[in-house]
Amino acid sequence: MDVRTEISTNIPTSRDLRTREIRRKFKTSLPLYVLLLPSLILLVIFAYFPIYGLIMAFQDYSPILGISGSPFVGLDNFKQYFNSYQFLLTIKNTLVLSVYSLIVNTPLPVALAIMCNQIRREGFKKVFQVVTYLPHFISTMVMCGMILLFLSPQTGLLANFLHLFGVKLPDIMSNASNFAHVYVWSDVWQHVGWNSIIYIAALSAIDPTYYEAATMDGATVWQKIVRIDLPLILPTMMILLIMSVGNLLNVGFEKVLLLQNSLNLSHSEIISTYVYKIGLQDSQYSLSTAIGLFNTLINGTLLIAVNWLSKKLTNTGLF
Amino acid sequence: MFKKRKSAVVRLSKRDQVFKVAIYILAILMIVAVLYPMWFVLIASFSNPSDVANGEVFLWPTRWTLKGYKTLFDRDTIWRSYFNTIVYTILGTAFSLIVNLPAGYALSRKDLLGKKWLSILYVIPMFVGGGLIPTYMVVKNVGLLNNFWVMIIPFSVSSYNIIVARTFFKQSMPEGLWEAAQIDGAGTFRYFFEMVIPLSKAIIAVLGLWTAVGIWNQWFNALIYLQDEKLQPLQLILRQILITNQQISANSTGQLGAELQQLAEMMKYASIVVSTLPIMLLYPFLQKYFNKGVMLGSLKE
Repeated sequence: MDVRTEISTNIPTSRDLRTREIRRKFKTSLPLYVLLLPSLILLVIFAYFPIYGLIMAFQDYSPILGISGSPFVGLDNFKQYFNSYQFLLTIKNTLVLSVYSLIVNTPLPVALAIMCNQIRREGFKKVFQVVTYLPHFISTMVMCGMILLFLSPQTGLLANFLHLFGVKLPDIMSNASNFAHVYVWSDVWQHVGWNSIIYIAALSAIDPTYYEAATMDGATVWQKIVRIDLPLILPTMMILLIMSVGNLLNVGFEKVLLLQNSLNLSHSEIISTYVYKIGLQDSQYSLSTAIGLFNTLINGTLLIAVNWLSKKLTNTGLF
Repeated sequence: MFKKRKSAVVRLSKRDQVFKVAIYILAILMIVAVLYPMWFVLIASFSNPSDVANGEVFLWPTRWTLKGYKTLFDRDTIWRSYFNTIVYTILGTAFSLIVNLPAGYALSRKDLLGKKWLSILYVIPMFVGGGLIPTYMVVKNVGLLNNFWVMIIPFSVSSYNIIVARTFFKQSMPEGLWEAAQIDGAGTFRYFFEMVIPLSKAIIAVLGLWTAVGIWNQWFNALIYLQDEKLQPLQLILRQILITNQQISANSTGQLGAELQQLAEMMKYASIVVSTLPIMLLYPFLQKYFNKGVMLGSLKE
């Protein structure tokens, strides 16, 4: 689709040879464009049209007038969000969940991978891996259902278990200050094994002669881990860290939404759930879009900043 | 530095021994920590509900019953939504592969004119998106609201999967093969369908599995785009049983209330088993493809 304009703008027609070369290339590329076409059409409709729709963040959008007819209001929607009491609350809750999650979920998979790497019995190692990956395939919905069942204050598994020791379990999900812990640690249970796969692969790629040399020098297992394993998987860790910082404000929206209830809302209302409620439940389309755009911008800035920092410090970067 | 301590080798290896044992113990504890909650859901779904509530079920079902399953299957919503999910998963996975694989292949070819710009076109949506409302408006405007196909078509293009496929084709399809095919008179289409696709079973399996699991677990799109209960997938019906009912059953009181609540609890355990068991049973056989997928994903440039 873009090709023809490219030809006419980039290459002066006077350069005959070049034009002929492009034409030949275009001809061989033609069937490739056909292969690209279905995905391009869908991409334009369902990814680029919505990006165009971001205009409504700067409008007082009304569905009757549409994007072309709705009046522009500048940054009013953003101002409205910044001035509302939900602004600091949603930012704070989002950051608490994501930073907490980052701090816990970055080192634990590394630790698990190193541990798995130390297991020498192949059969046991295999079982360990299969089992720890397993919860990853539980759907968010079922996971949240399980959390609610297990933490149920009177009849849940945890309550009954603590009852054996004479301890009474409080209603965890109604106490807002517990929300972050429940969210993060259930995530650990579900994904730590899966997230370790990439580190296990990085570890298995380490040249065994390093270990042999270290053994000759009398290094302990612990010393080998600290001096060999950790430095060699640091680049992998940095890349994954950059990627997760770039997604810092995209906390698991589905999970938060499902675990929310009116009693824990003060700690569980995050930007994306607020966007959903404002937009689809209250039909404030422009405000919701503005908040979503704000979220995207922060994410982009963070991604670029961390990438820059990482390049400076460790010479590894995403781009 | 280590040399001097050579005499201490025996002592150190003893420390290593302790370390080793500690690791095995930790590993076993973790296996238990992962498996026990799942095991508990399974046995609770077969046990007498009041035993579960009173904490008499820990390791083995007590007073076997299938009441939870019976109540669950008596709702015709569960059958219909299960069927819907299977259809969405099969059609959605097939459609997504049909759309994404050719794109990945085209972008992997060196002689594609405008390759750089096209690649950028595919990468941008990974970082910038219209967000909830603009996307909703587009889906609404193309008439997919409350439409069966909304679960299959709109979000089938995955830039991430296309890039993974592109990397795979780049690495595993030798240039010489394409040249040889050209000499034999094959064009791009014939080469793609008769050579590339049969040689790419690994990537097809990996991307297919990712997509299938994604669609199987998908519920939010269904929540906002599908109001008609007849079209809703299993996960959304599970939401009623597991999440939304939570408040209702907690509010009911008295003898009947208690019984209803017990039944609701049983149904929760049963619904978790029914919806998760297929994936759990298939998973050990498919595990190698998932692992391969993680590796392929990390290869993207």
